[in-house]
Amino acid sequence: MKYTILIYGTPIELGARTDQRRQPTYWGAYRAYTEALKAAGIMTGGSGLQPPSVATTLRQRDGKRQVQDGPYAETKEQLGGYYEIDVADLDTALDWAARCPAAATGAVEVRPNLVM
Amino acid sequence: MTGAATDDARRAAELAARASYGRLVAYLARRWRDVGAAEDALGDAFVAALATWPRDGVPEKPEAWLLAAARRRLLDGARHATVQTRALPTIHAMVDEAQGAASSEAVFPDERLALLFVCAHPAIDEGMRTPLMLQTVLGLDAARIAAAFVVPAVTMGQRLVRVKTKIRDAGIRFEVPEPRELPVRLGPVLEAIYAAYGSGWDDVAGADTRRRGLAEEAIWLGRLVARLVPDEPEAHGLLAPMLHCEARRGARRDPAGGYVPLSEQDATRWSWPTIEEAERILLAASRAGKPGRFQLEAAVQSAHAQRGITGRTDWAAIVLLYGGLIGIAPTVGATVARAAALAEAEGPERGLAALDAVLADATADYQPFWALRAHLLGRLGRGDEAASAYARAIELAADRAVRAFLAEKEKALWPG
Repeated sequence: MKYTILIYGTPIELGARTDQRRQPTYWGAYRAYTEALKAAGIMTGGSGLQPPSVATTLRQRDGKRQVQDGPYAETKEQLGGYYEIDVADLDTALDWAARCPAAATGAVEVRPNLVM
Repeated sequence: MTGAATDDARRAAELAARASYGRLVAYLARRWRDVGAAEDALGDAFVAALATWPRDGVPEKPEAWLLAAARRRLLDGARHATVQTRALPTIHAMVDEAQGAASSEAVFPDERLALLFVCAHPAIDEGMRTPLMLQTVLGLDAARIAAAFVVPAVTMGQRLVRVKTKIRDAGIRFEVPEPRELPVRLGPVLEAIYAAYGSGWDDVAGADTRRRGLAEEAIWLGRLVARLVPDEPEAHGLLAPMLHCEARRGARRDPAGGYVPLSEQDATRWSWPTIEEAERILLAASRAGKPGRFQLEAAVQSAHAQRGITGRTDWAAIVLLYGGLIGIAPTVGATVARAAALAEAEGPERGLAALDAVLADATADYQPFWALRAHLLGRLGRGDEAASAYARAIELAADRAVRAFLAEKEKALWPG
């Protein structure tokens, strides 16, 4: 079954990506996690996302395009990236999600993919 | 089709349901990876049984007949719906098993433990674990469960459908956890069963037969888990406090139906064989040297039962036991109960101080907090404060006898 692991973090947590002091630890942890997923042969997709400050939200209503600067959700915790994995069941997906660095500092959401 | 044949059929079906409903659902649900579909298929199988058994006679192995009928319905349903590819190997396995079981004497395996663990899975909403167990393992209908939890029947029905959809669509693993994980995963199973017992407790007189029945169901589930997980002391520990409370059921009301608090109950009206069973269970569980929440709850109940033998209650011991309980499973209930014991052991000021230390929003609607607070304020001669605490406790009390009891105590604040 395919699951998407959505990574959420506060601006401070996501700020580690560009903070010279915290960068090495941050990217080292994510590199290790990604390697582990690939070594297990379960990673089918994923990507980090650039920060919410460069997001754009769009709606199409009555034939008119409405474009707004910023992310969809105005929450403290923002989407930072996602992984897509193919595993046997939710319990396995949760075990892998628990190892994601964001689980320790922010939160991860595990959602089964739609089967088309 | 004679009336007698129909009666025989109905009796046989009822017997099969009583003896095997949960086992049948668990077996089908695990193979099909879909609890809701298993329940529906089994329900249809029972309907078919009531239609055909009067005509063809009750089969020699009614459970095997029901299982085969339910399997057929699941397979037919799959043919007409979009079957997720992951279910296909399971379907083929079921067909093989079906052919094997029909020809052999083998009884189908008991998957109820796996089903209980699914119901109490971390990904399942805590508030829905008990209702799910009651419906899937015991076959209770949503209306009865709804009444016990004071929720509209339609709401409970919808919530149950939603949670079973989650089990299927999120792919919750339908297995007994690995030995390594089992103790941690067992906790929520035991708590869900204990919550079922708690929901039937308030209705002592049995005026609401639907709620009273849940206490029996909870004990049945407790016995089942103890049988299925015999090496876990907490699984045995769960039964002990429930049995202690059951033992005192007959003493909770006086002949006029008035509420009798524990400390004033006539111990000769307690069921001593039940207490003895609870004590045997606690003793055996404690030998494993792995204390836990339910063994501690049992030890508290055991201390209360001692009054029937020694004539006094060891309140200091109860304070210590609740302290230990709060250490591993902090609940408002245990905190308030400890404060009550502290008041008995060291005086009302100490008890009140312990109550004051509890967070206001945790206790705003918690009836025992207000009843105890009122009682202690009364003992300290703080009449006005006691009166307003009694008013709150009465407001929150669902049971008429409890309300009457509290009202009497409030009246007694003002002598003459």
